[in-house]
Amino acid sequence: MSSQSPTLLDSLSPTAERQEALRARLSEVDRSMRTPGTFFVVAAVLWLMVGTLFALLTAIKFTNPSFLGHTEIFTFGRVRSAHLNSVIYGWATNAGFAVGLWIMARLCRTRVRHTRILMAGAVFWNLGVIGGIIGILKGDMVAVEWLEMPGYVTPLLAISFALIGVWAIIAFRWRQTDHVYVSQWYILAAFFWLPWLYTTAQILLVFEPAKGVVQSLTNWWFAHNVLGLWLTPLGLGTAYYLIPKVLGRPIYSYYLSVYGFWTLALFYNWAGVHHLIGGPVPAWVISAGTVASVMMVIPVVVVAVNHHMTVVGLHRQGWRSPTIRFIVFGAINYTIVSLIGSAMALRDVNLSTHFTDFTVGHAHHGLYAFYTMIMFGGMYYMLPRLLNREWPSAFLIKTHFWMTALGILLMVNVLQICGWIVGEMMNQVTQDGTVAYTFQQIVEFRVPWHWLRSVSGFMITIGHFAFFINVVWMLFRPSKADQPSQPTLLTRPTAEANA
Amino acid sequence: MRSLPLLFLGIFFTLAFSWTGIVLVSNVQLRDLDPATSTLVNDVQEPISGVTYDKNGAEMMGNNMSGDVVHPQVKSGSALRGQEVYEQMGCLYCHSQQVRRAGYGSDIARGWGQRQSVARDYVLEDRVMLGTMRTGPDLANVGLRYDANWQFQHLYNPKITSPYSIMPPYGFLFEKQKISDVTGPSDDAITLPGDWALDEGYELVPTQRARDLVAYLLSLRQDYELPEAKFEQ
Repeated sequence: MSSQSPTLLDSLSPTAERQEALRARLSEVDRSMRTPGTFFVVAAVLWLMVGTLFALLTAIKFTNPSFLGHTEIFTFGRVRSAHLNSVIYGWATNAGFAVGLWIMARLCRTRVRHTRILMAGAVFWNLGVIGGIIGILKGDMVAVEWLEMPGYVTPLLAISFALIGVWAIIAFRWRQTDHVYVSQWYILAAFFWLPWLYTTAQILLVFEPAKGVVQSLTNWWFAHNVLGLWLTPLGLGTAYYLIPKVLGRPIYSYYLSVYGFWTLALFYNWAGVHHLIGGPVPAWVISAGTVASVMMVIPVVVVAVNHHMTVVGLHRQGWRSPTIRFIVFGAINYTIVSLIGSAMALRDVNLSTHFTDFTVGHAHHGLYAFYTMIMFGGMYYMLPRLLNREWPSAFLIKTHFWMTALGILLMVNVLQICGWIVGEMMNQVTQDGTVAYTFQQIVEFRVPWHWLRSVSGFMITIGHFAFFINVVWMLFRPSKADQPSQPTLLTRPTAEANA
Repeated sequence: MRSLPLLFLGIFFTLAFSWTGIVLVSNVQLRDLDPATSTLVNDVQEPISGVTYDKNGAEMMGNNMSGDVVHPQVKSGSALRGQEVYEQMGCLYCHSQQVRRAGYGSDIARGWGQRQSVARDYVLEDRVMLGTMRTGPDLANVGLRYDANWQFQHLYNPKITSPYSIMPPYGFLFEKQKISDVTGPSDDAITLPGDWALDEGYELVPTQRARDLVAYLLSLRQDYELPEAKFEQ
């Protein structure tokens, strides 16, 4: 990368001095984020492993329901919820804190001054999630999807979030630059939207439950927006920052990025109620949700064009960089998963996909193939700069990439193909008004697909272990002497590039 | 868009838009929904099928028919405790509790209900668990399909009643105990078919939580008509 080894031309350039000052400033920012950033990454990676363990238990239970069946704390409903909460609030949120705050601080050129406050928030957030997972397993689960953590930990989570999120606002308020980049909007908005969503949902669902199906509406307004207004902006903000950064080419269009941001802000937050299509809720809400879901095509296509035009022609350089490999994979999947999501909100399509594994596949597609892959990419870029060390093993990075990329593609395909067929089997009615397939036939049809899903999960697990080992190795590597000074690349720069 | 306040206003109003629409407006719309008789009547006790006018010419939505029973009804204490067990076990993640209308899916053809579920069915629930997954069947009317004994056997091990089932067993909600020499077999003991029978001299009794859960499952029945939801033929 050119930033590591200035060329002769760079040293002649009249702007080189300014570049030097900027680099010095950025490394100051990096130093101030070193402790909290590393803490968030380590916490995120540990939660990733915990979440993976719960996912494996869930997968085994699908093919062997009596596995750990006599232990109440490991009953399916609880392990499944422990999986969801550890990956959303443990892995995904910690990863977003790490990468999101770091990008915000860098773009604003501001150091984080009172690291201790941020660290206190970080520690209490993670204690809160640990308490929440234990609460779920011991039977204090709140039976609301995405809000299972019991009411006694949620105030702690809310306060911790405030202590963490306020740094994004402080950084933005005292930024040292005139220009505001699109990543800053995404990240600032995300840090503002989540607490609002979370507080509303907690009040109307846990502390003072609303009447009847208002609960369900609030539930899906919240749950879909955790993905749409918290994780998606963090993922997109990261992609918007790192694609141009690593490839050394500015983003294709400033106006497209403005347009993409505001259309996402306007449409995404109405979309969640499509989870209730066909349900006992007012029809107008469903119609509004369907319209918003379809309108999401606009921001998605805008972002896709903007990212694609930035990367186009630089594929070889991108393929070499761990960061870009993961981020481009995530960005492509953002486009695909969002377009599938818009289609799923159409009543005719939803008829088949609702209540089946298709939705489960879709959730993993969005959270893993898009968000998680982008966060992996972000960490591959961020951690060497926080720690002043390079990644120890390119082989482990490659293993991580191939196992997770192929694993998640297999998983999404298995779940969605199985889900679609199950949906068709469920709904098929013969001419005399009886169902074409009994429930037993449908359950038996799903069995081989469950095995395939376990295979895909196993591949992803191997990838996670590779990542975990690489992170631990990097953190605890003893001497600095034998470390490479060049970035770890996945392919060697080719001969013709050197010639 | 460089100033924090302006950006902030944009960020604020976009979410305020859906918060108002989905959360606030639906709250206002459904706030006054209460249990009702199967038909509504006007102020002179004539059945009506929509908005009508009282003798002063004001719009009226109708009253409950006097002497008729209103639905849904309040659950018993045991069923309410059972609802908590249902929550704690995470039954929601595999079972929905909503019947879709005839012509949209096969819910009614499958025998999962006599009519579609409507918002009024849920107005008394502390925790509305419509569900989004049907790994197992819909349970909106499960109380009409099986008796207590079937439910106990099925919870103890689903393969007793449904050999193909992939539902987890809930053996920890039951106790194996020695049959008393003095009082003989317990009245609550669950009968278990052939292969599943316990050793000679032992019996299987449900814990209080299992009894509550079954009371809850038996209370799940939308077997009444509402003004806006009549049985399908």
